[in-house]
Amino acid sequence: MALATTSLLRRGSELSDTSYQLRVLRSHESTAHLPTFAQSLRAHGLAPLQPGETRVFQVNMGKMCNQACKHCHVDAGPDRTEIMSRETLEQCLAFLAATSIPIVDLTGGAPEMNPHFRWFVDEVVKLGRTVMVRCNLTIIVANPKYNDLPQFYAERSVHVVSSLPFYDAAHTDRQRGGGVFDDSIAAMRMLNDAGYAKPDSGLLLDLVYNPVGAILPGPQALLEGDFKRALSTKHSVQFNSLICITNMPISRFLEFLISRGLYEQYMQTLVQAFNPAAAQGVMCRDTISIGWDGMVYDCDFNQMLDLTVACSSTHISSLTPEQLRARTIVVDQHCYGCTAGAGSSCGGQLA
Amino acid sequence: MASYYNPADLGKFGTIADFQPQLAEKFFAWYGDVFAEGALTQREKSLIALAVAHAVQCPYCIDAYTTDSLQKGATEQMMMEAVHVAAAIRGGASLVHGVMMMNKVNDVSM
Repeated sequence: MALATTSLLRRGSELSDTSYQLRVLRSHESTAHLPTFAQSLRAHGLAPLQPGETRVFQVNMGKMCNQACKHCHVDAGPDRTEIMSRETLEQCLAFLAATSIPIVDLTGGAPEMNPHFRWFVDEVVKLGRTVMVRCNLTIIVANPKYNDLPQFYAERSVHVVSSLPFYDAAHTDRQRGGGVFDDSIAAMRMLNDAGYAKPDSGLLLDLVYNPVGAILPGPQALLEGDFKRALSTKHSVQFNSLICITNMPISRFLEFLISRGLYEQYMQTLVQAFNPAAAQGVMCRDTISIGWDGMVYDCDFNQMLDLTVACSSTHISSLTPEQLRARTIVVDQHCYGCTAGAGSSCGGQLA
Repeated sequence: MASYYNPADLGKFGTIADFQPQLAEKFFAWYGDVFAEGALTQREKSLIALAVAHAVQCPYCIDAYTTDSLQKGATEQMMMEAVHVAAAIRGGASLVHGVMMMNKVNDVSM
């Protein structure tokens, strides 16, 4: 499998420095005239953004990945070695045990590459919580030691959410690397064989679509129909729902925008498409995101910009549920990505 | 005026209301209704718009409806087929007038 790119960190790109990314987002000369996200919230009576009840505990188990996608907001890849330690995972379990947060969403990188992954899934299941895994599909066929993941997931009723940016090889491989589409279809077939997306199995396999370029995602229902028709008729694989996610103007997608001279146009598109209804339902209101080192964020995107929660404690070992409830959500210009058009979240479109 | 076409002007389309607000308001309301989901899907309408944009050779429209078609999930193949439809109609429109030419030839010939 040929990688689509390498990490910003490995290439020594200035964008691997999150403070540089924030400077671009806040004060790039081409977009300095645009309203700040906080101003847009205020204009619609939505500021400051306050959290509701936390429903999703999202854990980034590490930046290591077998893929290196061109748009990756984590700057993940095979060269990244950051992995959540067993100690930090135990701190996550202790926090979870003190709450009733129903969903634990495991992401990365490829979370399965964390050596404590299967142990952690079992511990979360023991707590009676639903496990959701952001599985890139190709990890299942990347190495024989991962081939039994579909059975492992099925036995624990893990909700599998997998990226597949398009229903053909040309578009998918352009973003995610050569051979990714074929490997993804092979992995989907293994998941289907384990019962995923079969009627009445209760085993959910959702796919994530994000545009292969500087455009907003189309209507989720329309695209879901396209994906289902194409994947079923051409490849005989099934899935449950399609989740449309807007590409955030951060990390490697920000690099793409700047290198193509599309940054201003993309930010303008996001700002012009600001949708107050989507802003009311943004995922940071019911999600918290834990970084590989235990630091806590309002969402996965804030995590990638090192924007920790606005609480007196910002590490999972010392943060309390009370502090979380009382916080104000940290916002910046990238947040326009979640409020554009039909909105965007790890669970799909919002409005 | 350095150039007849400026990409930034596309974003200023709404300013046509500055010179005639009532008619612009009616136009934009009608325009929005035209492209809403109806008996045709939004994607079908976007591909028709893309084809017409090529027929009338409007750079603003090609810019706008290339993006819009992609956002509606159209593939490159669908979009190029739409352009071929426009080209076929344009070419056909010329060629079918060849019958008029032939009629005239027959009229004036012994």
